[in-house]
Amino acid sequence: MALAPIFQAIDLRIAGVRQDGSEVEIVKGVSFDVRPGEVVALIGESGSGKTTLALSALGYCKPGLRIVSGEARLGGQDLLRLPLKMLRRLRGERVAYMAQSAAAAFNPGMRITRQVTETAVVHGALARPVAQKTATSLYRALDLPDPDAIGGRYPHQVSGGQLQRLMAAMALCSGPDLLVLDEPTTALDVTTQLEVLQSFQKVIKQQGAAAIYVTHDLAVVSQIADRIVVLYAGEVKERGPVKAIIESPRHPYTKRLIAAGHASHGGEAPAAPGQADTPALELRTVSAGYGKPINGQPPFLVLKDINLAIPKAGVLGVVGESGCGKSTSARVIAGLLPPSAGEILLAGAALPPMLSKRKREELRRVQFVYQMADTALNPRHRVGDILGRPLTFYFGQRGAARRQGVADLLKMVDLPPAFAERYPHELSGGQKQRVGLARALAAKPEVILCDEVTSALDSIVASTVIRLLHRIREETGVAFVFISHDIPTVSAFSDQLAVFYAGRVVEQGPTAQVLEAPLHPYTRLLLDSIPKLRPGWMEAHLASRHAIGEALVPGLSITQGCPFAPRCPVKLADRCEQALPPERRVEDAWTHRYLCHLERGTVDAPAK
Amino acid sequence: MSAKLPTRETPDYDEHYVAPDADKADFAELPDAPPRQRFRLSWTGKIGVAVVLFWLFIAFFGSWLAPYGENDLPFPDDYAEFQEPRAGAWLGTDGADRDVLSRLLYGAGRTLGISVTAAVLAYIIGVTAGMLAAAGGRWLDAILSRTNDAFLSFPNIMLGLIVVAAVGSSIPVLILTAAGIYATIVFRLARAIAMEVAVMDYVEAARVRGENTWWVILREVWPNAALPLLSDFGLRTIYIILFISSLGFLGLGVQPPQADWGSMVRENLGALQYGGSIWAVLAPAFAIASVTVAINLIVDDVSVHSGGRLAQRL
Repeated sequence: MALAPIFQAIDLRIAGVRQDGSEVEIVKGVSFDVRPGEVVALIGESGSGKTTLALSALGYCKPGLRIVSGEARLGGQDLLRLPLKMLRRLRGERVAYMAQSAAAAFNPGMRITRQVTETAVVHGALARPVAQKTATSLYRALDLPDPDAIGGRYPHQVSGGQLQRLMAAMALCSGPDLLVLDEPTTALDVTTQLEVLQSFQKVIKQQGAAAIYVTHDLAVVSQIADRIVVLYAGEVKERGPVKAIIESPRHPYTKRLIAAGHASHGGEAPAAPGQADTPALELRTVSAGYGKPINGQPPFLVLKDINLAIPKAGVLGVVGESGCGKSTSARVIAGLLPPSAGEILLAGAALPPMLSKRKREELRRVQFVYQMADTALNPRHRVGDILGRPLTFYFGQRGAARRQGVADLLKMVDLPPAFAERYPHELSGGQKQRVGLARALAAKPEVILCDEVTSALDSIVASTVIRLLHRIREETGVAFVFISHDIPTVSAFSDQLAVFYAGRVVEQGPTAQVLEAPLHPYTRLLLDSIPKLRPGWMEAHLASRHAIGEALVPGLSITQGCPFAPRCPVKLADRCEQALPPERRVEDAWTHRYLCHLERGTVDAPAK
Repeated sequence: MSAKLPTRETPDYDEHYVAPDADKADFAELPDAPPRQRFRLSWTGKIGVAVVLFWLFIAFFGSWLAPYGENDLPFPDDYAEFQEPRAGAWLGTDGADRDVLSRLLYGAGRTLGISVTAAVLAYIIGVTAGMLAAAGGRWLDAILSRTNDAFLSFPNIMLGLIVVAAVGSSIPVLILTAAGIYATIVFRLARAIAMEVAVMDYVEAARVRGENTWWVILREVWPNAALPLLSDFGLRTIYIILFISSLGFLGLGVQPPQADWGSMVRENLGALQYGGSIWAVLAPAFAIASVTVAINLIVDDVSVHSGGRLAQRL
């Protein structure tokens, strides 16, 4: 199968130009090629140069970067030596780019089809009516609902997953030979991601286009790619067919990447804490929402009747799709959003709902770690001040005692004491996240709320942060609420799991039990949608699965019946859409609870 | 390192390439962004700093350096309006035969002194109110902002004319008027920047810790708002120089026989009309222009350093 490659990068070197004129090489002599009809994945952590490399396939170089040497050949033409006028013709006609965020790529004020066909029409490749017809057939190929009419909508009128697919249609409309996809599913929920991936795969095969797929997610890559190029610090570390790389990686860096992808599964089962103890933190029938309350209830309810309990030194994992209320629950606990009903108990004593009504001591006992370490640390404060402030604020430590305290905290999160003198921008993403964690630990809290703390990190870094959290829990006995949309990460760290859907906890129980024997149909859907690190898994999986749409209606706008009913594969027509399901408990393990009309979530054992 | 590959020839499709450093075990976490550059002046910025320092020196020591008094005639025996530059009067003489160079040196202190003092006052008023509006809750914000909008709706020069015409022109009145007028613009900017900073997670983290409003404003918000505000301070000073000069041009600024750059331009406009040395007009105009350009050069550098976002906002 010696087909002539569509795209070839030959010993490509790209350098970043510093302010003083000196250069740093970002891509250091990379070669790879893409054949017709195949998907080549560029994989690596952030900073590995993968996006810079992918953009070279469009003959584009971000400002501040310079192509030093090498060639980027598209069908025999070297893009890097082409005049801009020629390049402009090629871009969009023969090679198309698809960015990570569809929301940012669409103009909110223009109808979708107009934007999808724009490139083809502007380049004169297709007349507008022909382009519109092409677009409609692409919508159909991409499994979009109502393909004849969806193009007439505005971008905000479709869901995130649909918009992502529409962006694929935009890229494919002029029939390019090469498609460059930059992390196209990273921003999506697992359930949506799978459907979008499937559409991509189908349409790429149909159109016979080749693709460069940039991502840091090995599991996704193993589903969609034919060949993989592993990048680290601008160099190719390993390159080969997907099966060879995933199943028999040879380079130590690839091995580590794959280990990080696997390590997050399972994890040792922690000792079950005694049930008799007062929980460290408890939520009793908590409801919360946004907007000015009408009759004591906020108009936009986000959480409804949440019951949760975290034992001392326990870890509660909270999972669910975006918009399910999992982050809101953390904000409610922290006091940033007072609940409209219910109460929050800290070690058995009720916490005032409002932040301003809480005493300093109560604030100290609950700490928050943010998702984006970049915005969570004040860029003008040194690490020493960031960590020292809670020591002074809560314990009145000053001078030498405070310096010693800072050094101890840094040691606790595996950072050298010299980091106290640094500013946040002098740290890497993982180091920043450690500082954020150390700031929470400085207060010697009883509960730490972690909101998506690993989602902005690469898999290897994320797995070291999880190991650190494990150790800190053992050393300090602090309880954690660990919120994430990434189920493997959550399950690696938590011993209790709560599954949120549309503002309710639809299932909760010991992590191992929930993962092994999920009782709610939504939990099953969620668990099934996690891509496995195994080529061919997706086809096999999707063949056996019911097509399930995305949650289009956010929050609790479904007022009647089970909120999951519209997407549920096993719903009972007479009951699920009429009445809210009861809470069921598993007899032999009372902590395992779920909200469903069906006993054990299956049709063959209907409820009595 | 460059990987030696069979590149131009079609390589074997199923080739499984492994980098030659496969024995290496350490893969440190890659820095995810290039480290921030230290602030350095470009050569244009350096010129700007030099010019500003030069004028500041003149502002303080100009009256000692001046060859004649502010209202002395260099050639008492040879009276003529707008004499061309010559030995003894290097920039010629003005409409009353006074030495232009000496008046320029005397005027520097007055012009720059008034505008810098006014700018500092405008900043004290504007930033305090702006930060309070951003952090102090909805009602305070509404009251401060709407009052401010009312003042903003007047054209600057008109507001200045009204006040000066009503109270009479003196240097303290000029300073207070300019400060009051420009505080409204500073308020807007300070409030916008503070609000942008106030939604950051680190500010929320401070609130969740239990810090009070003043700590949040002074320690979390202010350090992040100071740099953009500082560069605006430079620009605002220029606007005040131009404002005082335009008042001077209309005859309501610094009153004769005191010299300031704006009134010097106005006093000597006749030179353009009736002939004679145009240096009496050009010299103060050039002085105003040089300070304006110099401050702008510095602001450009600061703005590039802060990522260009600043330039868009100003």
